Amino acid sequence: MAPPNALIVTPRDYVFGTESDLLVLECGRTLGPVTIRYETYGNLDEHRQNAILLLHAFSGDAHAAGYHSPDDAHPGWWDSMIGPGKAFDTDQYYVICSNVLGGCRGSTGPGSTNPDTGRPYGLTFPVVTMQDMVTAQQRLISHLGIDRLLAVAGGSMGGMQAIQWSVSYPNNVAGAIVLASTARLNAQGIAFNAVGRNAIMSDPLWNGGDYYGGNTPDRGLSIARMVGHITYLSDRAMHERFGRRLQERAGFGFDFNDQFEVESYLEYKGGTFVDRFDANTYIYLSKAIDYFDLGGKYGGLDAAFTDCRSKFLVVSFTSDWLYPSYQSKEMVVALMRQEKDVSYVEIDCPFGHDSFLLETDRQGPMISSFLETVYTDVQSTR
Amino acid sequence: MFNRRAEHFSYEEIARLIEPGSSVLDLGCGNGELLQLLRDTRNATVRGVDIEESMIRECLKKGISVFQGNLDEGLKEYGSGSYDYVIMNETLQVVHQPVQLIREMVRVGRTAIVNFPNFGNLVNRMQLLVWGRMPVNRDIPYQWYDTPNIHFCTRRDFVQLCREMAIPIISTIDMRHNRRISPKTANLLATECCFLLKGSTPDAPIV
Repeated sequence: MAPPNALIVTPRDYVFGTESDLLVLECGRTLGPVTIRYETYGNLDEHRQNAILLLHAFSGDAHAAGYHSPDDAHPGWWDSMIGPGKAFDTDQYYVICSNVLGGCRGSTGPGSTNPDTGRPYGLTFPVVTMQDMVTAQQRLISHLGIDRLLAVAGGSMGGMQAIQWSVSYPNNVAGAIVLASTARLNAQGIAFNAVGRNAIMSDPLWNGGDYYGGNTPDRGLSIARMVGHITYLSDRAMHERFGRRLQERAGFGFDFNDQFEVESYLEYKGGTFVDRFDANTYIYLSKAIDYFDLGGKYGGLDAAFTDCRSKFLVVSFTSDWLYPSYQSKEMVVALMRQEKDVSYVEIDCPFGHDSFLLETDRQGPMISSFLETVYTDVQSTR
Repeated sequence: MFNRRAEHFSYEEIARLIEPGSSVLDLGCGNGELLQLLRDTRNATVRGVDIEESMIRECLKKGISVFQGNLDEGLKEYGSGSYDYVIMNETLQVVHQPVQLIREMVRVGRTAIVNFPNFGNLVNRMQLLVWGRMPVNRDIPYQWYDTPNIHFCTRRDFVQLCREMAIPIISTIDMRHNRRISPKTANLLATECCFLLKGSTPDAPIV
């Protein structure tokens, strides 16, 4: 049950990309029609200058804050950061969050119906990139009547989109908040994504991606999620939470029926994930992350950032070994070399990559200060 | 970086040194108060570096761009002559490699500004002479075993270092409890000394 006075939000859909207006993708293919599921919180100010676009991470969706109904058990994925008086203060800002292109939570993705065949796309869905996701978001923003965003903000894969936004649309983003992210995925990250995809693809039910309407490759997807989940935590976080405790047993059974608590936790996480996530989306989004290499694409990070006009806030976390701090620093240093306005902070906390979702007390005030500065700048240069 | 000091070097004195509209990098910027003053009164483009998260938060609150980093790792990310001024305010004595950092400051800045407590001042000398104890007073409020200050020097030591490093000293400001005093007696009487050093970048303008 949602608490009393909880914010009740209704997701909305924006559909674009009709015959004459198809979405042109980085791979060269076109896509349409495209649905983008989104939610908004707060109100747009009279000059349309207070809009913030939140960019969700790999397994996130458009539901960033509030509840869908009073009976809803869980709030949106970043509810601790969004709302009146919170870091993304909805008394001041108009906050938008949309599900990415290729997603499975309302936006067009591999599970959507291909209008040409009347059947789900499956693997015939084009491979999408961070840039494609951003292009689709830009269409939504412009549909909402916003020329220039006050800020884009996201962690992990969302951070990649935030960077891509400031590079692709330098004049349309005043501030970019990049949390626990990187300008390119390194071999270690690609390796983990490959394991996830392999787990899915080796599930016989995956059937080359053609499983819609039948049994879904739950086992493969849940193993992929387990591996992913390990990379979001840290040695210390796991030790403190689970230790070596056994589930429902005091000592070893000397058989294979006993389980450590951490095993049971991963099983649980994998099991709940399959209820809300599509295996093909896992494959597509992880590929988009693998492909993300800003420097590679633009001939060096410096070249990528040359035309950026956003003010940046980059945050990394000491215990994040998936997107380690040095990767954030590489990006920050390139921005500094290009004389861009950038602030960098490395938060010392033990929650691993997931810190950007869990740690709100410390990153919250910094984000809120940053937004205030950008908002003041924007208003003074009106 | 460390704010237990009872007094700090007059920020107004530093502000007077800064040409309006210039770019300023402050190493060990603390809560950003100096940079805020330079931004607001000298129209300077400012950026800070500090190691402590709480200080980063204070800077962001003031709208000052800041990089959380360790000065002991040097300034290799910063281009030569990329700032009009590189300031190190009350920080020289806490870094591990002061010589390297000063060399980096005059590389990155067209002008470097360094201020530090003068360990050679009379009070410190008397405490050591009379009591035979390490000086602890309002300018140096730390016990020897619990101090961030690992590289104290006297004014004369610093002048000597600049000579050895072949760094031209443009000017100095010598303060005794926030009042300017003559350079002639400064090694004995100054509590704080501030040095304006000429950057090593060839095209640095003559100030």
